[in-house]
Amino acid sequence: MQFVQNFPFFCILLTLMCAVITSVLKGRAARRMTLFVILIVSAMNAAVMAYTLRTGESYVYMMGHFPAPWGNEIRVGVLETVTMMIFCFVILFSFLGGLPRSVRQIESTKYNIYCILVDLTLLSLLALVYTNDLFTAYVFIEINTIAAAGLVMMRQNGASLVAGVRYMIMNLLGSSLFLIGIVLLYTVTGHLLMSNIQESVAQLAATGQYHVPLTVVLALMSVGLAMKSALFPFSTWLPGAYSNSTPTASAILSSIVSKGYIFLLVKVYVRVIGFEVVRELGIFDILFVFGAIGMIMGSVNAVRAKTTRMMVAYSSVAQIGYIFTALGLGSEAGVICALWHLVAHAATKSMLFISGSELDETSGGTHLRGDLRGGFYRSPLAAAAFSLGAVNLVGIPLLSVFITKVTMAQAAIGVGGRHAAIALACLAVSTLLNAMYFLSTVLDLFTPRRDASGAKATLARVKPNGLVTLSLVGFMALNLLMGFFAQGILTAIAQGLARFA
Amino acid sequence: MRNKWIARVKGWLDAEDSGLERSMAASQQQPAAMDSDEADAALLAWLAEERERQHDVASRLHDWHERKGSRAIHMLYCLLCVLICTTLIVLLLYTVSTLPSFGSADHPINNEVSARYIESGLQETGAVNIVTGMILDYRAFDTLGESSVLFTAAMVVLFLLRMDAKSEGYSPLARAMRERLHSDTYYEPHNDVILQRTAVILVPIVLLLGIYVVLNGHLSPGGGFSGGAIMGAALMLYVTAFGFDSIRRFFTYKTYQRVVLCALLTYALSKCYSFYTGANGIHSVIPLGTPGAILSSGLILVLNICVGLIVTCTMYAFYAVFRKGEL
Repeated sequence: MQFVQNFPFFCILLTLMCAVITSVLKGRAARRMTLFVILIVSAMNAAVMAYTLRTGESYVYMMGHFPAPWGNEIRVGVLETVTMMIFCFVILFSFLGGLPRSVRQIESTKYNIYCILVDLTLLSLLALVYTNDLFTAYVFIEINTIAAAGLVMMRQNGASLVAGVRYMIMNLLGSSLFLIGIVLLYTVTGHLLMSNIQESVAQLAATGQYHVPLTVVLALMSVGLAMKSALFPFSTWLPGAYSNSTPTASAILSSIVSKGYIFLLVKVYVRVIGFEVVRELGIFDILFVFGAIGMIMGSVNAVRAKTTRMMVAYSSVAQIGYIFTALGLGSEAGVICALWHLVAHAATKSMLFISGSELDETSGGTHLRGDLRGGFYRSPLAAAAFSLGAVNLVGIPLLSVFITKVTMAQAAIGVGGRHAAIALACLAVSTLLNAMYFLSTVLDLFTPRRDASGAKATLARVKPNGLVTLSLVGFMALNLLMGFFAQGILTAIAQGLARFA
Repeated sequence: MRNKWIARVKGWLDAEDSGLERSMAASQQQPAAMDSDEADAALLAWLAEERERQHDVASRLHDWHERKGSRAIHMLYCLLCVLICTTLIVLLLYTVSTLPSFGSADHPINNEVSARYIESGLQETGAVNIVTGMILDYRAFDTLGESSVLFTAAMVVLFLLRMDAKSEGYSPLARAMRERLHSDTYYEPHNDVILQRTAVILVPIVLLLGIYVVLNGHLSPGGGFSGGAIMGAALMLYVTAFGFDSIRRFFTYKTYQRVVLCALLTYALSKCYSFYTGANGIHSVIPLGTPGAILSSGLILVLNICVGLIVTCTMYAFYAVFRKGEL
C-alpha cells in the first residue's frame, strides 16, 4: 500500500482531533486552527485525487485490524476525491470570506464553538463521502445534522433560533426515516457494508423475495435524504435557515451540507441497492416529478423574495430541483449530470452568499433587494463575484451551470418520451425565471443610486477586507475554472461513476 | 372580506413576514447590559414591557385560533397530520409483518458476519463481552463517531445555553438571576437533610458502580456508555443535594473541558495507531492479555475509560446548563 492511500483516513482523524483541541482555544487561535485544518485537508485530498486520477481505480482502506464486513472500511475513488476537492475549496473560501463578519456577529467567548462546528461539518462530509458502510454513514449524518443546526443558530437572535428549531425538527425526521430504512435493509440482507448489501439485494430482486421491504426501504431512504437536502415539498425549513445565519454558515449549509446528503443518496442508489433494482422499483419517477416542481416553485418564490439572501436561498430550492430532476431521469447520463450540478451549484451558491452578504454590508446592511442599487460602485469585487454567480445560474455559455443545462437536456432526450418533454419545458421555464430575478438584481448593481433631484447619490466606495478579497477572487477563479475545464471534470465524474458501484 | 383576501394575496406576493414570527423575533431583543445601579430599574421596565409583549402575542395567537377561517385550516392541518401518520404507521406495520421472523435460524442476519463475531470474537479481541469487542474493536470507527456525536451535541448545547459572565452577550436578566436574591437556588431547599443524607450514602455507591461498569466493560455487560451514564447520574444527585457551590470545588467548566479534551484525544490517538497499523499490515505491539483478566483485551479497556469519562461529563454538563446556564 502506498503512503498516499492513508490520506483520507488522516484527514478524518486530524479534523476530529483539531475540533477537540479547538474546544479549549480562544477566538484567534481557534480561527487559525480551523484554517490550518481546512488547508491541510485540502492539500492531502489533492494528493489523493492525483493518485486516484492516475490509477483510475478505487481502493478500499481498512479502518482497523479486521477486514470488512467485520470491521469498518472506507472506499476512495475518482468520484469521491473530485467531489471532496471542490467541497474543500468551497469550505476554505466560505470560511475566509465570512471571517470578518462572523467575528462581529458571534459572541466572542463562544467563537471557538463556531470554529468547532465548521470543523465537524468538514469531518462529517469527509466520512459521508468516503464511507463504505451504511451505519457509519448514519453516525456521521448525526454529526452533520447537529453541527449544521448549531451553525443555523449561530447569531442567537429570535429569527435564527426559530429557523434552527425548524431545521432541527425537519432534519431529525429525515434522519430517523433513513435510520428505519437501514434497520429494515439490515434485517432482509444481514449486512451493513454497502458492497455486500448490493450482492444480497441483487439476489433478492432476482428471486422476488422481500419485495415489499425493499420498496419501503428505498422510499424511506429517498424521502429521508430528500427531506434533509430540501427537495421541494420538504424545503420549508430552508429559507429561514439560510437567510438568518452568518454568511459562512449560509454558504456552507447551502452548498455543502445538503450536497453531502445527495451524494450519499447517489451512493445508496448506485452502490447499496444497485441502479437496476432502483429503476425497477420506480422511485426515479417520483424524484423526477418533485424535482421538476421544485425547479419551478423555487424560482417562483425567489422572484417574490424581498431580501437578497432570501432570493439566493429560494434559488437553492430550484437548484436542488435540477439535481433531483437529473437524477430522476434514471439513466447514467442523468446521474452524471446530477453529480456535476452538485459540485457546480456548490461552488456558485457559496460565492453568491458570501458576495451577497458583502454587498448588503456595504449598502447599509438592510438586506432589501432594492437597496443593493449601485452596489458595484461601493464594492466592485463583490458585485463582480455576485454577477458572475448570477449569470452562471442563469446559464450563460462557458460557465458551469450552462453545462448542467446542456447535459441535462441531452440526458432527457436520451431517455425520450414524456420525461424529455417535461424536463425540457421545466428547464426553459426555470431559466426564464432565473433570468428574471438574477438579471434584475445584476442590473440594479450597476445602476447608480439617484436622489430626488436625479443627481447620483452613490455611497462612498468601501475598502474591502483582505480576507474577503482573497475569498472572492478564489471563488471567481474556482467558478471560471470549473466552467473552462468542465469537460475534464465531467469525464472524471463519468470515469468515477463507472467504478463507483 | 374581499379586500382582506386581496391584501393577503398581495402580502404573499410581497413576501411579508408573518406578524407572529416577527414579534417572536422581536421579543428576543434585550436591553444592553449595564453595570450601574440603573440596571435594576431598566431591567424591571424591560421585564414589564416584555410581559406585555408576550401577553400581546398570546392574545393574538388566541384570536387567530378563534377565527373561523383559521379554524378550518387548523382542522385540515390536524386531519392531514393524522392521515399521514396513520398511513406511515400502517405501512411500517405491514412491512414488519413481511420481514423474516425474529430469531429463526434462517434469518438473513445469521450469516458469516455474526458467526465470526461469536466464534472468534474472544480470540481476536480478547474481550469476554463480545458486544464490547464488536463496538470497540471490530467497529471502533463507528464508536469513535458516536463519541463525536456526544461531543458535537455538548458543544451546541453549551453554545446555546451556557451564559458566560465575561461575554458581551450576557443578558441583564441572567446577571440579575446570578447576582441577586431571586436566583434559582433561592427557591430550592438549601439544606434538605433527607436529600443530603441520602446523597451521602448513595453518591459513593453509585459512583463506584459506574466505575465498576466502565472497568468491567470487556468482561461483563456494560461499558463506557452505560457506566458513564451511571456516573453522570451520581454527579447530578450530588449537585441537587449540595448545590453548585460544592460541586465547583472539584468540577468546573475548565474541568469539563480538560477531561473531554484528554479523553477524546486519547481515543483518537489510540485509534490512529490501530487503524494505521491495521490498514498497512503492520503488526500491532499492543498485547491482548489473558481473556477474563481485568488488564486484557488490548485497547478496549482504555477506550472504555475514555468513553465513560466523555459520557459522564456530557451528561452532567447537559444537566447543569439546562438548569442553571453554567457549570
